Amino acid sequence: MKRVARYVIFYGALFGLWTILAKLKIWPPYLFPTPWGVAEALYTGFQDHTYWIAIRVSVQRVLIGYGISVVLGMILGLGVASNKFLEETMGGLLVSLQSLPSICWWPLALLWFGLNQNAILFVVIMGSLLSVTLAMEDGRKQMPKIFGQAGRNLGAKGFKLFWYVLLPASLPFIVSGLKQGWAFAWRSLITAEMLYLSLGLGQVLMMGRDLNDMSAVIAVMFLIIAIGYIVDGVVFKGMERHLQNKWGLTATA
Amino acid sequence: MNANLQRFPNPLTMPVEPVSPARTPNSRGKVGPASVERIVRPVPPAATKVGLNDISLSYRTQTGTRLLALDHINLQVRTGEFLCIVGPSGCGKSTLLHLIAGLHPQTSGEIRIDGKPVQGPGTDRILIFQDHGLFPWLTVGQNVEFGMKMKGVPKAERQEKTRYYLRLVHLAKFENSYIHQLSGGMRQRVAIARALATEPDVLLMDEPFAALDAQTRDLLHDELERIWADTGRTIIFVTHNVREAVRLGDRVVLLTFRPGRIKSEFPVALPRPRHLEDPAVAGAARKILDELREEINRSLEAEYQEGVKPHIDPQQETEIEEKARV
Repeated sequence: MKRVARYVIFYGALFGLWTILAKLKIWPPYLFPTPWGVAEALYTGFQDHTYWIAIRVSVQRVLIGYGISVVLGMILGLGVASNKFLEETMGGLLVSLQSLPSICWWPLALLWFGLNQNAILFVVIMGSLLSVTLAMEDGRKQMPKIFGQAGRNLGAKGFKLFWYVLLPASLPFIVSGLKQGWAFAWRSLITAEMLYLSLGLGQVLMMGRDLNDMSAVIAVMFLIIAIGYIVDGVVFKGMERHLQNKWGLTATA
Repeated sequence: MNANLQRFPNPLTMPVEPVSPARTPNSRGKVGPASVERIVRPVPPAATKVGLNDISLSYRTQTGTRLLALDHINLQVRTGEFLCIVGPSGCGKSTLLHLIAGLHPQTSGEIRIDGKPVQGPGTDRILIFQDHGLFPWLTVGQNVEFGMKMKGVPKAERQEKTRYYLRLVHLAKFENSYIHQLSGGMRQRVAIARALATEPDVLLMDEPFAALDAQTRDLLHDELERIWADTGRTIIFVTHNVREAVRLGDRVVLLTFRPGRIKSEFPVALPRPRHLEDPAVAGAARKILDELREEINRSLEAEYQEGVKPHIDPQQETEIEEKARV
């Protein structure tokens, strides 16, 4: 109950401050919209299906891009973790590459893939692949050795060993990395969409700018936050809780 | 108490093969192709299940020196025998089990199962780890099923066998529980069921009861003895607890402190079922303990001189070993 009260007070105050600032009309309304202006923009956006289409396109893109990242990242991470040569060479490269914002790949992606969806996917993959790879590498190393030994002992080898033992055994150690990869993928996608008109939430946001409609811009920002938050709070939290229950871990894995 | 226990062959009447000291002084610790100085032996007779022929293992320590962990181990384990291996911490007894399980290669020598050389892990030998090594992401039933699933046993048969082996260890009700919901003793029983379910000829047990309280351990001793009698498996059981070894084993082998060598062998001819508190068990244990004490003193001395804990757990050992091979 107390937590709910705290939420209400905090968000109520934030909302109130926003309303007052907007009401004072320090800035013109098209630069600093009121909360109900944003609500209206949200309503009309959903009403004329603009937002539904944008969400569908963006979510589809991020799922494809992130999915590819997860598969590739797990293979790469496992390779790096289990091969001394790769670890010494590629390991360092991966860490240094992580400091590069994924949108820096955009010019190259445009030249390589042209102005299309593939260029956007490339940027999304470059944004999240490294996180997943590093998480998998780390998870594979943190995973107690006994699981691999027990698996081999019970006759698992090759792909079966990976799929039935190494992967599930390292999951608690890579969930946070997967989550981080998701966040990077989502951000990279929106950035790329803002640079290139191609449906999607990023484009709708830029459209708001072009029309000088800050209500629409803020409305789309809310949508981007909401989707990111839902995936984080529902999908990943659920996964973490599920793993904790199975493994009997009390703290976050 | 259990009629099955009367079926055991009397260990007294079974011949104990003498261990030949197949080691020349200058061959000690030498690492090289096994074939160079391996003593040619006839293929062991059919009654030998596990044959360890001149097994040596050495690895490089962090400081760069080579350490001899196992030194020309020669040991023949008969089919259906319950063999216990005791020794001080760091004698390589756990490592020896890992070698038999095929999880790590020995530096030299040969391990034979039914006369066939061991090449990597196989489901004819299942290792039960001290900390059980059960998979926490699977239910008890799925854990027991795991080895059969890897073998490609059809689902219906798998489920039937899973239930059978869970009943055998008195855990039928816990088929759908997760590992963390079980007590330590129950976990070891699941590990035993999981090992048995792959129907191995040889069970390798690495101090499986070391972390359990005394009452649970007593209970599991009884259960293990019963299961051994019912299934006729060959068991190689590693422990640092001499009484436990005498309680369970047909034969107790004592390893020396680093490098691990076979110091002596003790056939245990006591009637079964035995109890940990039997005076006869205690008496037999005392004899072994006297010899073990020398080795423990050596290990303490090493601790004092090296300023490090002499105990090297097999995990660490194999890790060091792995690094040495890279």
